[in-house]
Parts: sequence; structure tokens; C-alpha cells
Amino acid sequence: MATLGDLERTVMDLLWATPEAATANELRDAIAEAPSGEVGRELAVTTVLTVLSRLEKKGLVERERDSRPHRYRSVTSREDHTAELMHEVLVTAPDREAVLARFIGSVSETEAQTLRKLLGGS
Amino acid sequence: MFWASYLLAALAIILAWPAPIALSRASWPARAPFTAMVLWQSIALAGGLSMIGAMLVWGLEPLGDNLVSASVGFLDILIDDESAETLGVVHVFAISAATLLFAHLVSTLVLTFMRIRRQRRRHRDMLNLLSSPAADQPATLVINHPAPVAYCLPGGARSVTVMSDGLMDLLTRAELDAVLTHESAHLHQRHHLLLWAFAAWRSALPWLPTSRLAQRAVSELIEMLADDEALRHVDEPTLVRAIAIVGSGALPRAEDVLDDPLADDPGRDTSAGAEVTGGTADTRSTAHRLSRLLTPLPPLSRFQQGLALSTAGLLLVVPPVLLVAPELLG
Repeated sequence: MATLGDLERTVMDLLWATPEAATANELRDAIAEAPSGEVGRELAVTTVLTVLSRLEKKGLVERERDSRPHRYRSVTSREDHTAELMHEVLVTAPDREAVLARFIGSVSETEAQTLRKLLGGS
Repeated sequence: MFWASYLLAALAIILAWPAPIALSRASWPARAPFTAMVLWQSIALAGGLSMIGAMLVWGLEPLGDNLVSASVGFLDILIDDESAETLGVVHVFAISAATLLFAHLVSTLVLTFMRIRRQRRRHRDMLNLLSSPAADQPATLVINHPAPVAYCLPGGARSVTVMSDGLMDLLTRAELDAVLTHESAHLHQRHHLLLWAFAAWRSALPWLPTSRLAQRAVSELIEMLADDEALRHVDEPTLVRAIAIVGSGALPRAEDVLDDPLADDPGRDTSAGAEVTGGTADTRSTAHRLSRLLTPLPPLSRFQQGLALSTAGLLLVVPPVLLVAPELLG
């Protein structure tokens, strides 16, 4: 049973893979053809539209205003989203510390040099 | 009841200032991180309790000989419109301050919890789109990023450890295991609850320098606890190497330097690098962790640990006892 989260992922993978905007119909066909197992079964277009509007609300997808039927495209690339997410992880703000626990927190430049020396010597 | 409120106030001051400073400067917590963690928790809890208790007991003093009869007297004033003329302005002020402080602490705790949960949920949403499950590790995700990063995202049954493929390129299998056991120790030992409580304490009382000291100490101690757990599965040089490699963000193997993905993208390199190296909050903690692993000191003796734990227990018992003591003594 594919969850909405899985569907969001499948749709985003499709949109990230192409620079073109796509309609819900085209996306449904692409999902049906995709070899992604459980997700790749017959989906109603309304389901795809639900997923798209959720993604739109999250700021991941934008709709072309004047096309009918609506065409959707990803707002930025997968790499940009990853960079943004990792930026969130790497920035140590006091109020963020409790959200996730990093293996290594911030390291000062001198400390990084000491660590490099340690590695060089071992 | 006067003497009880003065004792509580004295305790509150000790726990707000000299005690946390002394504990944050002590070197023994590295030798017994669990004990130190318990002590920090009881300092914070007993500190808050005695702060509120001191004001409450002092403010209710004119209404009765003990806390129970005084509280009943106070409720009579509130509900049954009894005359409040026994209470001076200062007493009303103290009672209000105690109530406000209590409400402030509890609401900050709740708000912090909700903020953290919202941020985690958003983060997990994005991870769901951007990462893929690790090949041979349960509850582990891999994200496509050149910087060597590993972290865990708590969330009950959906807790995950995330690592970047930059990290996987840098570390050997054994070093990766060290990182992953370290992270799963955070999750198993519920360290996120400690981080939550102390983050809330800090944002509730930001003017109290010791709330910052406490938060820093606690985040350092959980790293030590997780390191100790990792050491039960991997040997110490492996863990040290993993920490040093991730910490320096360096590429220790010369052949890797050539195809360093960071080198291809100077813009990203500086942005990520600046964040990793620019911080000041826990710059000392990595050095502490390493020196603790490289030159291990013997753990505290059972007697010393017992002493510290009894102190922690005593701290939690004293404020409630002081609250009811006048009653017990008649």
C-alpha cells in the first residue's frame, strides 16, 4: 500500500527528472509506466492532483497559471533542496540543537587543524 | 513558615549560580558522564522548584501556619470572597510571581516541545523526498551531499539516522559502524528528551547564565555517553579516527583529494565549511571528547559516584520537604 508520502516522492522524482512542466494526466501515465513497484499501479488523476496540491503547499511544486489543464513543475532542483536541508543541519543555532543530534557539532578552525594533524600522524 | 522560605531562597540561589558554575568547571564529569547528567537534571529541577517554592511559602505566610492551611486560606480569598486584608501587597506580589514563574516554565516547556516537533516533522518530510534507505542498515537514510555529515532525527518509531554519501566515501566500514552506533545510542538513550528540557530551560530563563552552561554541559555529556556506547562495539582508535575525520572535514587519504566533490564547487564549499568551522557554541566539546578517548582517565570510584548521586537525590528531596516541614514540626 503506497502512502501519500511515497506518492509525493514518486511525483517529485518525476518532476525533478525533467525540466518540462507536466500535467496530472501525464504524471499519472508516467507513474503507471515507472518500475517503482507498489506505487506504479493504476492511480486516479484526482489522487495525483491531491499529491500535487500537497506538494504545492509545501513549496516544492508550482503551477503554471494560464495553462489548461494545469501544468506543474518543481520549484528548484533536488540538489538545491538537499543543500538547503543540509544547511539546516550544519548551522548550529542554539534553538535548533534539540531538533537533531549531530555526530560532530561545530569545530573551530584551530581545532580542525589539530584534528588534521592527528590524522596525518596516525 | 518564614524560615522555610528563606532556606528555599538560599537553595534557589545556590542552584542558580555557584553550583552550576562549579559543576561546569569540574573535570570529573568526563569520567562519569551518566552521574554528571543526573546531577545536572536534579540541579535544574530542584532549582526551579525552590525558586517557586520560596516565593509561594513567603507570600502565603500570613494566611496560615503551614502550607496546607495557608493554601486553603488563599483559596477562600479567591473563591469565597473572604477578606484579603491579612495579605500585604508584597505577599500578593510574591504569590503572583510564583504563579507566573511556574506558568512560564511549563508553557515554555510545552512550546519548545511543539516547535521541536514541528521542525522535526518538516525535516522528516524533506528527508522522505530527498534521501534513500541505506543498503544494509535498518532505520538509516543516505542523503546525496558531499559534506561528511551524520545525525539522528528522533521521532519515536520513526527515528532515523541520516548520513551523507560524502561521509560514506570518507569512512571505512568500521568507522561508519562507530558513527552509526554512536547515533543509535542517542536514540536509544532518549537523549533528545534531555536536549528538549534543557533547551526549554534556556529559553525560559535566558538571563540566567547558568541555563546556557547547563545546556552546553548536557549536550557535551550526551556525546560522551554515546561515545561510550559506541566503544562497546568498535575499538577506540576507530572511533577516534571517525571523530577526527568528520570533525576536520578533511580528506585523509591523498588519492581522494583529487576527486573531492567540494573542490569542484567552491561556492558550496565555503558556505558549508563556514558553518561547520564558524561555530562557537560547542567548539570545545569535540576536543574534550577526543582527549577523553585518547588519554582515558579511570572512571570515578563507586564511592564518589554514590556521593554525587546521593547529592542529586538529596537536592530533589529537600525542596518538597522544606515546603511541608513547618507542618511536620507543628
